[in-house]
Amino acid sequence: MKRSRREVLKAGAALAVVAGIPGRAFAQQGPVKVGMSMPQTGTLGAGGQAALVALRMWVDDVNQKGGLLGRKVEFIAYDDQSNPANTPGIYTKLLDVDRVDLLIAPYGTVPTAPVMPLAKQRGLLLMGNFSFQVNAKVQHDMWFNNSPWNDAASWSDGFMKNGQKLGAKSIAFLAADQEFAQNLANGARVLAKKANMKAVYDQNYPPTTTDFSSLIRGIRAAKPDMVFVMSYPNDSVAIVRAVNEIGVGSGVKMFGGGMVGLQFTPIMSSLGSLLNGIVNYNSYVPGMKYPGIEDFLQRYAKKAAEAKVDPLGFYLPPFNYAIGQMLEQAVNGTKSLDHKRMAEYLRKNEMKTIVGPIRYDKSGEWANPRVVQAQFRGVVDKDIEQFRKPGKQVVVYPDQYKTGDVIAPFEKARKAK
Amino acid sequence: MIFSFDLLFEALIFGVLLGCFYAAVSIGLSVSFGLLDVPHVAHPAVMILGSYATYVVASYGIDPIVAGVILMPAFFVLGILIYRFYYEAFEKRGTEAAVRGLAFFFGLAFIIEVGLILVFGVDQRMVEAGYIGSSLELGDYRIPYRMLVAFGVALVLTFGLTLYLSKTFTGRAIKAVAQDEPALRLIGANPVRIKQWAFGIATGVSALAGAMLIIVGPVEPALDRVYIGRTFCVVVLAGLGSMTGTLAAGLILGIAESIVLMMLGASWAPAVAFGLLLLVLGIRPQGLFGR
Repeated sequence: MKRSRREVLKAGAALAVVAGIPGRAFAQQGPVKVGMSMPQTGTLGAGGQAALVALRMWVDDVNQKGGLLGRKVEFIAYDDQSNPANTPGIYTKLLDVDRVDLLIAPYGTVPTAPVMPLAKQRGLLLMGNFSFQVNAKVQHDMWFNNSPWNDAASWSDGFMKNGQKLGAKSIAFLAADQEFAQNLANGARVLAKKANMKAVYDQNYPPTTTDFSSLIRGIRAAKPDMVFVMSYPNDSVAIVRAVNEIGVGSGVKMFGGGMVGLQFTPIMSSLGSLLNGIVNYNSYVPGMKYPGIEDFLQRYAKKAAEAKVDPLGFYLPPFNYAIGQMLEQAVNGTKSLDHKRMAEYLRKNEMKTIVGPIRYDKSGEWANPRVVQAQFRGVVDKDIEQFRKPGKQVVVYPDQYKTGDVIAPFEKARKAK
Repeated sequence: MIFSFDLLFEALIFGVLLGCFYAAVSIGLSVSFGLLDVPHVAHPAVMILGSYATYVVASYGIDPIVAGVILMPAFFVLGILIYRFYYEAFEKRGTEAAVRGLAFFFGLAFIIEVGLILVFGVDQRMVEAGYIGSSLELGDYRIPYRMLVAFGVALVLTFGLTLYLSKTFTGRAIKAVAQDEPALRLIGANPVRIKQWAFGIATGVSALAGAMLIIVGPVEPALDRVYIGRTFCVVVLAGLGSMTGTLAAGLILGIAESIVLMMLGASWAPAVAFGLLLLVLGIRPQGLFGR
């Protein structure tokens, strides 16, 4: 069959137009599969579900732009129930049955730790998801964490330095008997020693602890100058309530540090005024400016309302969206799905994300960590909207984001506006 | 580790309060597993269902304890339905089938957990009341009111159930069905109906226990897993089916946990509590108050 030159040109133009329509033109190959296990139930479930909303937003966005390498992106996520025993099996399934092209680690240190040997053994690129020091021993050179911390010092430094400024000479440690909290506690103990702070109370508690009254009473009896708590979401709530009931003593200058959960909106809103005075770590608080984050948070708020998850989504969602952005840059930058080449790209280049520019160090953690320590102030009960505005979490560290000094002692800070 | 008699005394007080709380969350299981031999591993899940139901009722401005009491009849009916299904599908078909009932109760626990996640999400839920978040100050001691409320409810539940089981005809029939089912049949009573009634009571009590649970601390759908070990430990330590024994075992567990937690370290608390269970069972296999 003969075609005129004009007909061929017309067909070519039509093809070019179709290819130009975003989100429609995908190559004939199968989709690029991105897989992960995510805690959707259990103690980390609330955070995990919010993070999933953000990752799905990235998948939608990238598909709108034409996918990766001209192929549609398909996202596969399984619930690991916050149980580390489930994650190795899930990742084996993702690799051997689902045959995913790219991997993202589950949210949290505890579910991630058992996956590390598998990733190293098979030489896979693994994007970390808010875990803490899981690569310290494994030393996998294709690991890239999205969390704004690095080593224990990067996390605890802000808390310790502020304590020192306030003249603290003694410290109490309360840590969950979990991988994350223990990693953090070990680093914090070293920092306290360096700062010549005497540890007058040092307790690890099992994850099944029901009531924290006795532990808080123990801290009170030890009369520390500051209290560093490293807890998981459910424990954090129980600890804050017990502190309100029992009190930690008038001598305590600062309380908090490493309490996971106090960044989640449902917990912040249900604890309300009980949060006042606590100085705790965070990844993002309103007022911090990065290109694209405000637009993301606005879009996220709509999706979160539909999915009935964390309505504000400051803590995990932007950093999960950033994982997608980094994968996208690595794939586009190398024009391949080759894990080795992508890892090299991630190591050598600065990534542009909605949580700011990220450059990685040798261990796959942020070369310039940026853990924020913020003090809750003037928080009232039953008002989610108050957390959208700057001021309810006053940044006391690092200096580049600082919006105020720590109010001490803790009892005074609890009443501060 | 700091030691003082003040701390020891306080650990003792907290131990008693915690122990009563443990007894209260175990008492329903003491009836269903202890007296009726039903392998009710879904007991903590039913209790969490009670906590969420309390959360819903309390959101209308009703006190959580009153909400728990209001929910008891509905849970009583739910208990009857659960037992009827278990009886028809498993127990009626002999001992082996009854053991397979264990899988049924595991399934029930998962269904409740997943159902709660679908309806409420995975976020923690808590309730508000005047006695939550404040404490009774006695000199240097501060005792959370929420634990005192749990203490009171536990005492009322234990003595109420003890009286019911010893002073009423149905109560005595429930005890009889646990001891000698054929003999009960001989005097004209229907053991299945008695068991059904008793399971209803056990489930009704779980509603109130669930209300207490959400008063003591926030709940989330998977919290039942934390309580499976503890509740079975209390019931077995007590001697199957003994109500006062359940209170005593709860107290022993609570006091041991509290003292160990304050004096030795929190990580030792579960080990010492369950070590105590092994020790008691080694000396008295029938439990503290079992016959």
